[in-house]
Amino acid sequence: MRAPARAKTDVVASETMVLNIGPQHPATHGTLHLEVELDGEQVVRCTPHLGYLHTGFEKLGESMLYNQFIVVTDRMNYLSPLSNNFAYVLAVEKLLGVEVPKRGQYIRVALAEMARIADHMVWLGTHALDIGAFTAFLYAFQQREKFYDIIEACSGARLTVSYTRVGGMAQDVPDTFVPMVRGFLEGFLNEALPEIEGLLSKNRIWIDRTKGIGVIDAQTALDGGLTGPCLRGSGVEFDIRKAEPYSSYEDFDFDIPVGVRGDTYDRYLVRMEELRQSCRIIQQALDNMPDGPVNVPDHKMILPGKEHVYKAPDHTQPYDPVHPYGSIEGLIHHFKVTMRGHGVEPPEGEVYCATESPNGELGFYLVSDGSGYPYRVRVRAPSFMNYQNLPRMVQGLMVSDVVAVLGSLNVIAGELDR
Amino acid sequence: MPEEQAPEAAPAEDPRPLPVRKVVERFGDPVLATDEHRGEWTVVVTSEAIHPVLRFLKTDPAFQYIRLVDLTAVDCLGLESISARFGGARFLLVYHLMSHMPDSPLPRLRVKCPLTDAEPSAPSATGLWSAADWLEREVYDMFGIVFDGHPDLRRILMPDDFGAFPLRKDYPVQGVGERASFDFERSGQTHRDE
Repeated sequence: MRAPARAKTDVVASETMVLNIGPQHPATHGTLHLEVELDGEQVVRCTPHLGYLHTGFEKLGESMLYNQFIVVTDRMNYLSPLSNNFAYVLAVEKLLGVEVPKRGQYIRVALAEMARIADHMVWLGTHALDIGAFTAFLYAFQQREKFYDIIEACSGARLTVSYTRVGGMAQDVPDTFVPMVRGFLEGFLNEALPEIEGLLSKNRIWIDRTKGIGVIDAQTALDGGLTGPCLRGSGVEFDIRKAEPYSSYEDFDFDIPVGVRGDTYDRYLVRMEELRQSCRIIQQALDNMPDGPVNVPDHKMILPGKEHVYKAPDHTQPYDPVHPYGSIEGLIHHFKVTMRGHGVEPPEGEVYCATESPNGELGFYLVSDGSGYPYRVRVRAPSFMNYQNLPRMVQGLMVSDVVAVLGSLNVIAGELDR
Repeated sequence: MPEEQAPEAAPAEDPRPLPVRKVVERFGDPVLATDEHRGEWTVVVTSEAIHPVLRFLKTDPAFQYIRLVDLTAVDCLGLESISARFGGARFLLVYHLMSHMPDSPLPRLRVKCPLTDAEPSAPSATGLWSAADWLEREVYDMFGIVFDGHPDLRRILMPDDFGAFPLRKDYPVQGVGERASFDFERSGQTHRDE
């Protein structure tokens, strides 16, 4: 006997459906795969799958000299490569037991904060785009391009900058740096930020899509390894720049914004306030920028400047003992620093160096066996740790909320697949 | 003169910070070593004691290491200084812990645990911190270290059928023929034919 039509409908309604989001989907911000089990539109279970990039950064690090690995750190986070450069060289410098001169530290702070602004802008733009706000995306990307102009004037590259070196910077900032940054800050604080906030902060749709969505309380966030704006959004006042200052952060005056509810809207508000605090830090860095060298005065550690390697010696000028490298000497020096057995060789030991990157705690754990190659390079990437909390954050939400919560964590696929 | 002799008579003060001293006092012999390098303290314990030590560090009200910052491993193959020190250990499990107490005597602490080559395994820390979930899966995926009691121990970055552990030192950087054996012509057509 055939079952009545109504009973059949009931059976169908009780079944769950598996929806695959990604690996190649605009909302997954790279290559991720979310296996979402749905009951109607409600998320019953979410299982993330990683590993589509197969980068092997940590394995690569074991076969590269300390300075060579800097270019790899660029590729881990394509939103703020400079912060990754910075975190890595700080770890190597800790291993070596050296400290960069004050000017170098201040330049690093200013640029790291600008990288935070650029990172938050891309996060905001793509997050808003995921939820359906297209205009904010354009405004945010415009600001990122302005930051790229500044970093291009400093390092010659826009995205993969590799601007730091073990013991300092690739070169000092150009004379145009201070006016460029002041111009950027003025436009950012007076126009871009109020415009973007005006579009989103009190927008009915934005509030409905983010408030009370993806809530994670402080205790669960700490237990699950959340860091950065995501942890602060849950109300934990923890910032490594304050708790364990590095690179002269103790000289700067800034506040740590925290949220109350731990939802997607709070994570948005925390990041918006962080943008203002970053501007404060940059202004202080520009106002109080010390003179002097940017690199440690150790020619066995520091790569010679490009002008000492590529420029032919000017025999019409008297010999300059401060910059003795004309061409061949500079070239030899460059080789000596980069050749196996001649370059930087930290003593045997291990360090863990944590920095407050735009997405949270970015830590490098380095083990040295006394050679010029790190024995082990471990990256404690914030995205990897933040993202493992996603399944519990989206459980019970609607499927469209998954995209909003995913965006609020700022997933970086390069950091997930190390 | 008695004033000058007094410091000599006093017992030498233990330079180790409070959490390190407490672990040594409480666990005794299973604590294999305590080290300091560049201001960072490390406690090395046996694999039998690792779980009780982690639990003690997390729950003791004096320091409360409530955050598992990181968990990774180091393959000591060829690193004689380490493996000889810890009875021929092949791997070291490395836990980075952090206390969120405002006046913690030592905010960060590293705990290490040597493991031998034959079927390396350690108890899972997922019961203490949920953050250990993916970190342990990654260590298992990359080094082949098994975590007893992990609720869902499977590969996380490599494909499920991958037959090796890439971060082991005896695994070559360029892989072992994954590219050469990859079947580009599975469909019977090469790109040129198309």
